Amino acid sequence: MKKIVLTAAILAMGAGAASAETLRMGTEGAYPPYNFINDSGEVDGFERELGDIVCERAELDCTWVTNDWDSIIPNLVSGNYDTIMAGMSITEEREEVISFTQNYIPPIASAYVALSDDIDPATAIVAAQAGTIQAGHVSESGATLLEYATLDDTLAAVRNGEADAVLADKDVLTPHVEESSGALVFVGEDVALGNGIGIGLRQSDAELREKLDAVITELKEDGTINELIKKWLGEDATVYE
Amino acid sequence: MLARCADPALLEGLPWLMCYLTSGKHMMFYASFGTVLLLLAITAPLALAFGFGGALASRSRIAPLRWFGWLYTSMVRGVPDILFFLFVPIAVDQGLEWLRHKALCDSDAPIRQGNDFVVCAAAKLPLSTDPQWVHEVYGFALAVMAFAVVFGAFAANVLAGAMRAVPRAQLETAEAYGLTQRQVSRRILIPQMWTYAIPGLSNLWMILIKATPLLFLLGVEDIVYWARELGGAKTSAFTYPHPDWRLYYFFAILVFYLLMTWGSERIIGRLTRRLSAGQATLAGEALRKGAA
Repeated sequence: MKKIVLTAAILAMGAGAASAETLRMGTEGAYPPYNFINDSGEVDGFERELGDIVCERAELDCTWVTNDWDSIIPNLVSGNYDTIMAGMSITEEREEVISFTQNYIPPIASAYVALSDDIDPATAIVAAQAGTIQAGHVSESGATLLEYATLDDTLAAVRNGEADAVLADKDVLTPHVEESSGALVFVGEDVALGNGIGIGLRQSDAELREKLDAVITELKEDGTINELIKKWLGEDATVYE
Repeated sequence: MLARCADPALLEGLPWLMCYLTSGKHMMFYASFGTVLLLLAITAPLALAFGFGGALASRSRIAPLRWFGWLYTSMVRGVPDILFFLFVPIAVDQGLEWLRHKALCDSDAPIRQGNDFVVCAAAKLPLSTDPQWVHEVYGFALAVMAFAVVFGAFAANVLAGAMRAVPRAQLETAEAYGLTQRQVSRRILIPQMWTYAIPGLSNLWMILIKATPLLFLLGVEDIVYWARELGGAKTSAFTYPHPDWRLYYFFAILVFYLLMTWGSERIIGRLTRRLSAGQATLAGEALRKGAA
């Protein structure tokens, strides 16, 4: 048995070395339907499927790794993995530290969700995931901001009354609202934040960026990305023209 | 996975729960208990070895060695654990990659490029081409090291104290019989110090058990990671949708840790009895009177 495992490991290493280039894809694994860990314990979701297609077209050999949202940028720049595909919106602040490819999801709306529709997001206590564009928006909007480590924690905070509302990407909140049998409702107006979601890269990886950018353009043109958006984010989701 | 779990959406009640609890993700959760036990099994002896080295160094007659022992114990004990856990793995990882970069790469591109820490592909540790389990073992090894360094410093202090607690008369008698310093240490001092060290060491063991969730902080997928991951509310994007069940998962972990510490208490109790036998301490005296 040991021998088989060892041989398999050696073969796997050999196979890895033989192909062109290995890319470690970092993601959070806690932001369904963008990225999550499915019931077999593997990374799954829109970004997994898109990422695998991108890797195939760019002829790269990809492995997926998960990392907490909190430290996802520091661990990219220190080289633990090579890309971030974690529903990360392209913003000016982030571009000071890392670089992005062009977006693979168009700029999308963020929405407020609360337990009842008489909550006014402008004055309420609003929960958001720490380090997201939504958290930035709440702190500027004048509402009281409560930050949590994961999206799941923010929703739990609303359900148990710690916060009045949560602000997050609308696509991510929709399944939670639909499956709450009326307990959760959208409140207030949607807000447009960020410049769409792109693949985060180290600033020193200019070559990789060009390569991935070219593939994304190709996938946008042949409609693959639009198909994936409809599959994972719903028929009504914003797609590329 | 069981065949009848092929379509969980059709199941209800107990069969659903059975399938749910045997999903691939749950298997990883169960396996992570092994990760925690493995960490304890490796870290405890390693920390004890570090402690032993530290204690002997701080008693050494060679001044630089003594300074080193003193510096190790006072420095590590004086820094918050969490800070140390965040610092050691990053420092060791980048240090090793830096050394490998100098040795293995022929490019003279700077390692620090703006925000980025860039070493050539051959210097990466582990290599990008290595399978995921190599990365996980490497991360785990870094965690073990951080734990051993921190707990070693505390153990060094406990052991140094225990060595000082052995009655001077015992050592003097040995010297009078013509034993060398080395023999006195090995045959009299070290065997007798354990009874004095056990209370301090058992405290450390308990703290070590309770510190294992720090693995989560280091990105190792331990029981806390999986409990949070499994417990969170699941929408129908998942095979087994359910509401927020973190309470139950955290409760299970709580029971696990209580069982661990309860079992440890019992074993330590027995060990104390054995080591107290024949000692000129109150516990030893009580044993002698009980036997008579």
